[in-house]
Amino acid sequence: MSKNLTTKTIAIFAVLIFFVLGIIGIPGGLSPSKLKASILNRIHLGLDLQGGTHLILQVMVDEAVGIARDSDAAHIKQDLQQNGITVGSVGPDLTRPDAIVINGAPADRGGDVRSVLNSKYGTQYDITSGANNTWTLTMKPTAVAEIKKRAVDQSIVVITQRVNELGTTEPVIQEYNLGSNQILVELPGVDDLGRVKDVIQSTARLEIHAVLGGPYTSEQDALQQLGGSVPIDSIIVPTAPGVSRTGGVQYYQIKRSAEVGGTDLRSARTGRNSNTSEPEVDFYLTTAAGDHFAEFTGANVGKNLAVVLDNKIREVAVIKDQIRDQGNIGGGMTEQQANDLSMLLNTGSLPASLHYLQESTVGPSLGADSIHQGVMASIVGMLAVMAFMLIYYRGAGINADLALFLNLVILLGFMGYTGSTLTLPGIAGVILTIGMGVDSNVLIFERIREELRAGKSPAVAVDQGFAHAWTTIIDTHVTTIVSAAILFIFGTGPVRGFAVTLTFGLLANLFTAVFVSRVIFDANVNRKERGEALSI
Amino acid sequence: MELFRQVNIDWLGKKWYFLGFSLIFSVSGVLSMLFWHHLPLDVDFRGGTVVRVKFDQQPDIDRIRSAADRAGLRDARITTYGVAPNHEVLITLAQSQTSEAALDQGRAAIVNALTTNYSAGGAANQGKLDLDNTGRGSLAGWLAEKDPEHLGASDAATQHYTQQANAILDYRDNQHSGLFDSIDSLSGIATPAVVNELKQGANLSGFAVRNVEIVGPQVGAQLRKQALFATLYSLAGMLVYLWFRFELIYGVAAVVAVFHDTLITVGAFSLFNKEISLTVIAAILTLIGYSMNDTIVVFDRIRENLRLTRREPLANVVNRSINQTLSRTVLTSGLTFLTVLSLYIFGGEVLRNFSFALVIGILIGTYSSIAVAAPMLVAYQDWRAKRGKAAVLPAAKRARA
Repeated sequence: MSKNLTTKTIAIFAVLIFFVLGIIGIPGGLSPSKLKASILNRIHLGLDLQGGTHLILQVMVDEAVGIARDSDAAHIKQDLQQNGITVGSVGPDLTRPDAIVINGAPADRGGDVRSVLNSKYGTQYDITSGANNTWTLTMKPTAVAEIKKRAVDQSIVVITQRVNELGTTEPVIQEYNLGSNQILVELPGVDDLGRVKDVIQSTARLEIHAVLGGPYTSEQDALQQLGGSVPIDSIIVPTAPGVSRTGGVQYYQIKRSAEVGGTDLRSARTGRNSNTSEPEVDFYLTTAAGDHFAEFTGANVGKNLAVVLDNKIREVAVIKDQIRDQGNIGGGMTEQQANDLSMLLNTGSLPASLHYLQESTVGPSLGADSIHQGVMASIVGMLAVMAFMLIYYRGAGINADLALFLNLVILLGFMGYTGSTLTLPGIAGVILTIGMGVDSNVLIFERIREELRAGKSPAVAVDQGFAHAWTTIIDTHVTTIVSAAILFIFGTGPVRGFAVTLTFGLLANLFTAVFVSRVIFDANVNRKERGEALSI
Repeated sequence: MELFRQVNIDWLGKKWYFLGFSLIFSVSGVLSMLFWHHLPLDVDFRGGTVVRVKFDQQPDIDRIRSAADRAGLRDARITTYGVAPNHEVLITLAQSQTSEAALDQGRAAIVNALTTNYSAGGAANQGKLDLDNTGRGSLAGWLAEKDPEHLGASDAATQHYTQQANAILDYRDNQHSGLFDSIDSLSGIATPAVVNELKQGANLSGFAVRNVEIVGPQVGAQLRKQALFATLYSLAGMLVYLWFRFELIYGVAAVVAVFHDTLITVGAFSLFNKEISLTVIAAILTLIGYSMNDTIVVFDRIRENLRLTRREPLANVVNRSINQTLSRTVLTSGLTFLTVLSLYIFGGEVLRNFSFALVIGILIGTYSSIAVAAPMLVAYQDWRAKRGKAAVLPAAKRARA
């Protein structure tokens, strides 16, 4: 064996050991169960193999835009007043989430109105004046995009906290389908899916509003009593079931802008009502919000306020005295509901509500069956290919089979090192790699046979065979990898797993079919006497 | 051993047979897509709810249907899934019953209907733990609450019952495909006290939900669009790569051949009324790459031979190139076919349609690189020759490649 060949052989064994370690890591012991645990530790199984739930949620980002707009609308009126400008009304444009309309601005002070609006809202809004002393503020597209992006990011943070609180192991929560405001949630092996889904979806937006009118028995009743239309700075909101003592749902007219908003909450905990000892949730406000709330309650003693959770009223109470920074929510909750609610309030509110778009659940038994079937199919396919290569190419068949085996080791080792996820289609990708990987060997072997037929010596034939097959092999690999790359970009979950194994497998194949195979051939040719035929 | 030694077949002489063959298959596929089964789409693309349920005995479709009817699921489609001994049933609800506002309403209704109709013993089992459908956390919690071994409420007790629950459900899921024969079969898996407690307070409903897919209308539409784009991008990517490596006409010929393969494969899904899912699209994209392989091997040889013999008519060169690579083409396709076939037979129901696409596609892809791509190349050169232009030969690019 020449020196060069020895170096190459050592390199191949080094690669083999490196990737075997990639598959099994450094196992705790050599017993089958320890090895298995060690492999599962390195090669992650996808949801379709270990069982679990895959959810896609839509963040209703327009709501977040609307909330920001409503809060600005409430401030605009104050800002104008502080500058001595009195306007008829400031309110949202109800046809769209991102515009504010000012009616009845003083006709002679247009310049002042513009300068007040520009100084504080000019960076966020496009400001235009219209006929009949109206002004329109339209949120700039960059500002809207910013709010939407923040809504999605914040939702991901909140969902992650909630899912972690519930004790789910290794969840995946990430933005999905970039730019469509969707979130992907993967939960391996969840027990009580219904509860988890409810917890994820609860907006948990807690607000305190001033009550302007009510209770009414229905929305129509409220409209009628208000003279046909709801003033633009107020809204009609129902009570949550079980809140009103008479039973049934009641309606109240409350101020559109909240006195205390979702971000003003400091903490919440489960407590007990001092009279009825029913479970309730006590909450505490931040210092700044507490100051504002004290000012508001101090000025409105004797009036009603409403605690609104997710657009439903949970409490209506008379302000007896100035309140600084605490309140509570009662109303017929079970202990678990109270615990979940205080957890939700503590993890923060969602900036907008969420809709489920897709749900796919694989039961644990199906995952186990899929693994058995996938492994079975791989072994049968691999044995069939190996047997054929041995029969058809005899000596060279051993060469191809070794290369194929090494190909498989490198593929799995690769997955171990990169922490890729193995899915059921991914196992199919492994099987396909075996079938397609052997293509390179066949290309080379057929070429060597041709060269031998043309009367060349084994050494020259091997050399020529590899040289000619090389460009073809590159071309065929590139086309398949292009397909796999597109799959990876467009696909999700299981399909992505397929693209990953196929690509890794083919890359490894370049090394095994071309380099390793060549070394084995060269060693073979070197050992042979002159004139002895090559077994191919 | 050697097959195909010294073959000398006039492939181009048979181009009219090939054309006829390709036309029959693609046209019948297209006709089926237009007038017969249309394009059967899986729930991924169609939207809707699919619940796959395994029963402990041969399921009675009529009984499930009447249970569904009573639950108000009038349009539910109920079909046996896979081979009969699996005892599996697919219950499918249309997209119209899967609104995004209440995505899993359909699933909940199906599971409720089955629970009320299938729990053996009916009312007597009300409130009992359903061991066939319980999860790890619930079972561990239930055992800890009942505390059959009188360990009291301690961390050690919780740990013990969690371990018992895991052992019981591992046994169910890994060795019994999700359904127990009887609670007695658990002796040896769990402690006698636990088995006794289960006999008292748990029952076996005789069915287990194996898989649920719920796709709202929005995602369905989104995925349809993505699948279409992925396929088109893939074809475009191939065209550009072959243009770069050979000549534009080679790329066009190869892409036409691959499009032909895709059309016939999709047509086969329509003809056999099999549903196209996301993984089937993955298979089709793989086929695009694979079928391209075969075509490239032939093209590579054509290029090489053209360099050696510039005076020979193109048709002869192409024929010889196909014959020279024939043994490789048949061997590798045969071997890939073997692996795919093993996937089709042993890979289980989940991968059945995926491997079906590969089985069909590999046969057609091999055929098309010989029967579609190469003849197109020759036909194009003949057409150019008739107009008095020189043939486009890729040999000049060789230096760069």
